[in-house]
Amino acid sequence: MAVLEILVYPDERLRQDSLPVESFDAALQQRIENLEDTRLAGPGAVGIAAPQVGWFERVLIIDVSGRKKTTSHGRLVLVNPEITEWDGYAMGREGCLSVPDYTGNVVRAERIHLDAFDAGGKPLGFDMEGFEARAIQHELDHLDGLLFLDRLVSRRQDLFRRKVYKES
Amino acid sequence: MSNRYMLTLVGRDQPGIVARITAALYAAGANLGETSMIRLGSNFTVMMIVESETGDADLHTALQPVTESLQLVLHIDAIEAAFQQRPVPDACIVVYGADRAGIVAEVTGKAAAAGLNILDLESDIGGTEAEPLYILQIEGVASQGVDALEAALAPLRANGVRVDVRPIDTMIG
Repeated sequence: MAVLEILVYPDERLRQDSLPVESFDAALQQRIENLEDTRLAGPGAVGIAAPQVGWFERVLIIDVSGRKKTTSHGRLVLVNPEITEWDGYAMGREGCLSVPDYTGNVVRAERIHLDAFDAGGKPLGFDMEGFEARAIQHELDHLDGLLFLDRLVSRRQDLFRRKVYKES
Repeated sequence: MSNRYMLTLVGRDQPGIVARITAALYAAGANLGETSMIRLGSNFTVMMIVESETGDADLHTALQPVTESLQLVLHIDAIEAAFQQRPVPDACIVVYGADRAGIVAEVTGKAAAAGLNILDLESDIGGTEAEPLYILQIEGVASQGVDALEAALAPLRANGVRVDVRPIDTMIG
């Protein structure tokens, strides 16, 4: 078990693009294990992206299955992930291991389709929504050198609207 | 000994208030922490946590030219406050309806009894002068859970007030 140091902004390394994984070898498995150990050691993070530990390849891990009333595909190790479809948008509150003690509102797609590979190189495809889709979009931003701070919208001006249903 | 202060400044709104206050504080070697600055009615209100090694008398002196020329009321209190480690809100309440006296007291009284610690509250009057509409938004920590909050506030709906209680799910990634 290896818990790695989390890069914290304004560390400029968080701004760099990460490269696609080329080889699904034993070294990759070890690095994924370290990444997961680091996520689990952190304060309640549902996801982590490789660049957050100074590893600049396109790998992320998410697991929103521990949350109540949340649609989830369980724990996912995603290599070279790519969102191929977006639908709808929703406001939500986000925080980040790399930006401690701050949370803010971010607009994300409500539903996405994600293509990726698992740790062994097998192709995967998921339709995701809600909290899980949000987590993916947040982590994927890290692979492109973006933080949720780049997408902040006003805390004050939004009514945090959920879907409006007619009262019966 | 604390070197942090809560500064409150209020005055008629006009361009340049924030720039002049913060420039004077910067020139005096003070450092800003969390701040809230917003127009209320025709006033501009500023509350800020300021760190200063030289004390509140010096802050008064540094701000005096600004408060005099802009006609701002200034109040300074020494506080014990960290710059960080804020609680994370997990509940949001939105209330709106025809404006009437006592609505804030009713909502917040029931919410407090149901365990809500308010972190942020803002209210506004919209609609027309003849039929004003009151809009209240609250964020806080629901120590007894969002369901308890919802149950406590539900009776208000019988009075024709719209009450929406929901969790704030913060995604940490």
